[in-house]
Amino acid sequence: MPTVLFTSALQRFLPVPSAHVTGATIAEALAAVFASEPRLRGYVLDDQGALRRHVAIYVNGRSISDRARLTDAVAQDDEIYVFQALSGG
Amino acid sequence: MTERLHIGTHKGLFELARHKGVWDIADVQFLGDPVSAVLAVTDGTVYAALDLGHFGAKLWHRSRTGNWRELPVPAFPPKPEDAGDDPHPWSLGKVWALEPGGVPGRIWAGTMPGGLFRTDDGGESWSLNQALWHMPERRQWSGVAGGEQPGINSVLIDPRNPSDIRIGVSSAGLWASTDTGATWQIINHGMYNEYMPPERREDPIFQDIHLLSRCVARPEIVWCQHHNGVFRSENAGANWHELTAIRPSKFGFAVAAHPRDPDTAWFVPAIKDERRVPVDGKVVVARTRDGGRSFEVLKNGLPQRHAYDLVWRHALSVDETGELLAFGSTSGGLWISENGGDSWTMPEARLPPIAAVRFAPALH
Repeated sequence: MPTVLFTSALQRFLPVPSAHVTGATIAEALAAVFASEPRLRGYVLDDQGALRRHVAIYVNGRSISDRARLTDAVAQDDEIYVFQALSGG
Repeated sequence: MTERLHIGTHKGLFELARHKGVWDIADVQFLGDPVSAVLAVTDGTVYAALDLGHFGAKLWHRSRTGNWRELPVPAFPPKPEDAGDDPHPWSLGKVWALEPGGVPGRIWAGTMPGGLFRTDDGGESWSLNQALWHMPERRQWSGVAGGEQPGINSVLIDPRNPSDIRIGVSSAGLWASTDTGATWQIINHGMYNEYMPPERREDPIFQDIHLLSRCVARPEIVWCQHHNGVFRSENAGANWHELTAIRPSKFGFAVAAHPRDPDTAWFVPAIKDERRVPVDGKVVVARTRDGGRSFEVLKNGLPQRHAYDLVWRHALSVDETGELLAFGSTSGGLWISENGGDSWTMPEARLPPIAAVRFAPALH
């Protein structure tokens, strides 16, 4: 089962513990997490279901390539890390 | 008199209360998070829109008992395949204007990138105004400050008739609906944008309306702080004439109409256009009491030396009496007047940059 881990920056807004989920793609893995915390979807994805502009997803340390439809494949032991690009002051 | 004032800042929502004649901070929420709009309604509840940047726009509601809860945020429908050349994103940028709809439970939300949303159940569900969004002319709307997203900055509901609506758009003029948003037309004539090419200078759809404000008692009287000056309409936004007597300058963002007196309004001028600081480093409020024929420059209690405070469009508020005013600045300055602007005091606080200032209405 892939593991999804979230940046601690999200913990301020809602509980997002790391989770072992089923899913063959990023979209499927995230959908499994959103099923247990529906509010999280709007924090990570925009209205069209694409990854928010200033949110990044890495799999085993590499950035995903399909930010619009999240079709990148994930394997059993993959770690999916969801975090934000820091900015502002 | 109103006893509560809500301040939306770049780093949190601050609530001030008046106690024994002194305004002081009574509550702080969302500390660290940008607040883009705030609305207190007559049932005693409060709505706050957050603009979290990385994680999108959010909407929160405080119940009468004081508990905050996250509500669904207005969202755009799936973008159809044939909408590919739409210059504006089909995704909520931020909630910029929140206005009561004149019907219990109804609120209108003006947003970037130019979608108008409505709830009829107090924010539990939102629907996009399809007529406005699918209007072909909407694709001509210009973005704010050269960006890709136009913004609906003003939503005016006729207090006599909740189906009669005016919206002001940065930068796309003033649109009117008389059927609760089923159909729309652009109506503003008499404004001009001096930076546009000559053939487009007076074109209604290119007018950069910074904010609209209407007299509650005489809703046909509407005031506008425009990118190129201040204007007044006596027919609910259809025709406008420029108020050239404004001083010390005609540029600014905020305007507040007196709720009862159709001849009185307040503005907070600044140097146009790229500098955007007060003239001579002096924070002043411009007030007219004769329909814009003349203006007084109000400065009693306001900083008059090396003050570089800019006041955003939603950061000037007047209460239901027309006597109580407040405005806040990008430098975190906050000033309150209890005599229509004749004199001002500053609460004891150094706030983050202020985006929205709003009095709570009297409870019904």
